[in-house]
Amino acid sequence: MRYQHQRFPFVRPPDLNGRPTRAPVLIVGAGPVGLALAVDLALRGVKSVLLDDGDTVSVGSRAICWSKRTLEIFDRLGVASRMVAKGVTWRVGRLFHRDKEVYNFDLLPEPGHKHPAFINLQQYYVEEYLIDRARDFPELIDLRFKSKLVDIERANDGVTADVETPEGHYRLEADWLVACDGVRSTVRGLLGLGFVGRTFEERFLITDIKMKADFPSERWFWFEPPFHSGQSALLHKQPDDVYRIDLQLGPEADPEVERRPENVRPRIEAIVGDRPFEIDWISVYTFQCRRLERFVHGRVVFAGDSAHIVSPFGARGGNGGIQDVDNLAWKLAAIAKSEASESLIATYDEERIRGADENILNSARSTSFMTPKSQMERIFREEALAMAATEPFARRLVNSGRLSLPCLLDRLSLQSEDDPGFLGGLAPGSPCLDAPIIDNLGNRAWLLNEILGHFLVLSFGHPVDVPHGVAQLTVVDGPADCADGHTRVQDADGLIAQRYGGIPGAAYLLRPDQHVAARFVKPTAEKIATAIERVLGLEAA
Amino acid sequence: MSEAKLDTSFRLGTRGDDVYAALIAAHDGLSADESARLNARLVLMLANHLGDAAIVIEAIERARAGIGKL
Ligand SMILES: Cc1cc2nc3c(=O)[nH]c(=O)nc-3n(C[C@H](O)[C@H](O)[C@H](O)COP(=O)(O)OP(=O)(O)OC[C@H]3O[C@@H](n4cnc5c(N)ncnc54)[C@H](O)[C@@H]3O)c2cc1C
Repeated sequence: MRYQHQRFPFVRPPDLNGRPTRAPVLIVGAGPVGLALAVDLALRGVKSVLLDDGDTVSVGSRAICWSKRTLEIFDRLGVASRMVAKGVTWRVGRLFHRDKEVYNFDLLPEPGHKHPAFINLQQYYVEEYLIDRARDFPELIDLRFKSKLVDIERANDGVTADVETPEGHYRLEADWLVACDGVRSTVRGLLGLGFVGRTFEERFLITDIKMKADFPSERWFWFEPPFHSGQSALLHKQPDDVYRIDLQLGPEADPEVERRPENVRPRIEAIVGDRPFEIDWISVYTFQCRRLERFVHGRVVFAGDSAHIVSPFGARGGNGGIQDVDNLAWKLAAIAKSEASESLIATYDEERIRGADENILNSARSTSFMTPKSQMERIFREEALAMAATEPFARRLVNSGRLSLPCLLDRLSLQSEDDPGFLGGLAPGSPCLDAPIIDNLGNRAWLLNEILGHFLVLSFGHPVDVPHGVAQLTVVDGPADCADGHTRVQDADGLIAQRYGGIPGAAYLLRPDQHVAARFVKPTAEKIATAIERVLGLEAA
Repeated sequence: MSEAKLDTSFRLGTRGDDVYAALIAAHDGLSADESARLNARLVLMLANHLGDAAIVIEAIERARAGIGKL
C-alpha cells in the first residue's frame, strides 16, 4: 500500500476570537527543520507557535538519507528509535562506470556507536514521527496547520506576524521568529533577502518507485550508465519496497515532458528490467548550492532550506537543517530564559555559516563532477573514472557525492583555547563521539544518551570540582559506583578513553548540543566557570 | 628488473577534492591548446618536484598504457 497522507485539520486559534497570543518563539514552517526545532525548544521548556500553510507531511519522499549525526540529534529529541526501526540501514555504496563497478565503499565506521552511518527513510515518515512527538508537548507546542504567514513587522524586541487562515487573518506577536519555511521562504522574500552562490542548469529526474526486488540496501551510482543516455544515475532503497531513482537528463530536457509517466516508465524499465513496479512520485529538478549571506536578522532567524540550499548528492540538505536546529535551539532557549546574553545568537550565524559553507562546497563539487562544463573538465573526469578501475588513488577523486558529516566548530568564538596537554581525543568544537557505557545498575547504555541538552562536565577517573549547579558525569574503568552522590559510568569497552583521550583527572566541558566547548588536563571549577561564561556571554565586562 | 616504486594509493588525505577543483578551475576559460600547455607545465613541474626519474618514467608508462595505441 502507498503511504497514506494524513490530513491535519485547521483548528480555530484563540487569536481569531479576540485572544491574541504572544509567543516566545514563532516558527514558520512545519517541515523537518521547524518540527525538530519546536521539539527541541519544548524539551528546554520554551513555548513555540508553529505555523504551516499546508495540512499534511511532505508530498513525495524528497529527503531519504539521514546521517548518524542527525540520528544522534533525533535521539536527543526522542524520535530516533522509531526512525531507525522503520528505516533501511545501509553502509555500502557501489560506483559503476558504464557497465563496470569501479569502486565501492563501506561506511561502517568503527563499532561502538549506537546509530548507523546512514538510514534511508522517506521525509514524510520523518515529519510524521516529529509531529507525533510534538503532540507530546501540548502545553509547549502550538502546532497550527493551514496557517500561512503572509506578512511581518519587525521591532527591536520582537516580530508581529500576519497569519492567513481558512477562517480569516490574525496578528500574532513573538519575541523571536524562526523562518523554517523552506527554499521558497516567504520570510526571506518579505525581508528582501536573496541567496548567494551557484545554480546548475542540469536537470535531474527524481522518482520513487514501488517494486518487489531483492536489490541489496546499497547506494548504487553510475557514471554514463549503460541503460540511460544521460551522464549519471542513482538507485537507492527505502522502506516499504520503495526505491529512489535519480537520472541525469542534461540541461536541455523539458521538465513538463520528462515528468509524464509515459516517458518515465521506459527509463525505469531500462534499469529494473521486467519487474513490475508502480510509480510513487516523479519530479524534475535543477539544483542550487546557495545561502543567505547571514542567517540572523535581528529577531528573525533562518534555519534549514530557507537559509541554505544544496543539491542532494551528499544528503546535506535535511541533515544540514537538523544540525541548524541542534545549534540554534539551546541558544534561543538560553536567551529566552535570560540564562545567556542575546549576543549568543550571533554565534549561530558564525557556526552554521561554517556548516552551510562546507555543505555547499561539497555538494557543488559533486554536482560539478556530474556536469562537466568544458572539454578539459570532461577529459579529467573521463580519465579519473577510467583509471579508477585499476589505480586506487583515482577512486578517491571520483565524486558522486560526499556524504554528510558533522561540521567541526573549532577556533570559533564559543570554544576555549585547547589544552595542549591532550595528545588525542576531541578538540574544542568537535561533536562528541558515542561509545558504550555500563551504568551503576549494570545496564549497557550509550554515552550520548547521557549528554542531554545542558552543559555537562565529563571527567575521567574521578569527579573533579565543578562550578555550583553544573552537572558532571565521571567515566571510570571499573564498575560505576554512585553511592557518594556522584554520577559515574563505566567505560564499557574502553572506547571512551580511546575516543576522548581521557587522561585520569582530566575533564571536558560539553555544550548542550553535544559539542566540546573546552577541555582541561588539570581542571578547576574556576577554569570551567570561565569556559561556560565564554559561551553564555555573561562574564562581567 | 627495476622494482615498482610508483605509489598509486590515495595520498591526498582530506584534500583530494581541493586538488581536483583547483585543477579544473585553472583550466577555466582556456582554449584546448592553452589547456594542453597548462597540463604540460604542470607535469614537468611535478616531475621535477618528485626528483626521482625512475618513478616519473614508471608513471609515464602507466599513464601511456591507459591511453592505448601502443
Ligand atoms: C529530490 C530531493 C532529494 C533530497 N534528498 C535528501 C536527502 O537524502 N537527505 C537530506 O538530508 N536532504 C535531502 N533533500 C533536502 C531536504 O528535502 C530539505 O533540505 C528539507 O526538506 C529542508 O527542510 P525544511 O524544514 O528546511 O524545509 P521544507 O521541508 O521545505 O519545509 C518548509 C515548510 O514550510 C511551509 N511553509 C512555506 N511557506 C510558508 C508560509 N508562508 N507560512 C507557513 N508555512 C510555510 C511549507 O509548507 C513546508 O511545510 C532532498 C531534497 C530533494 C528535493
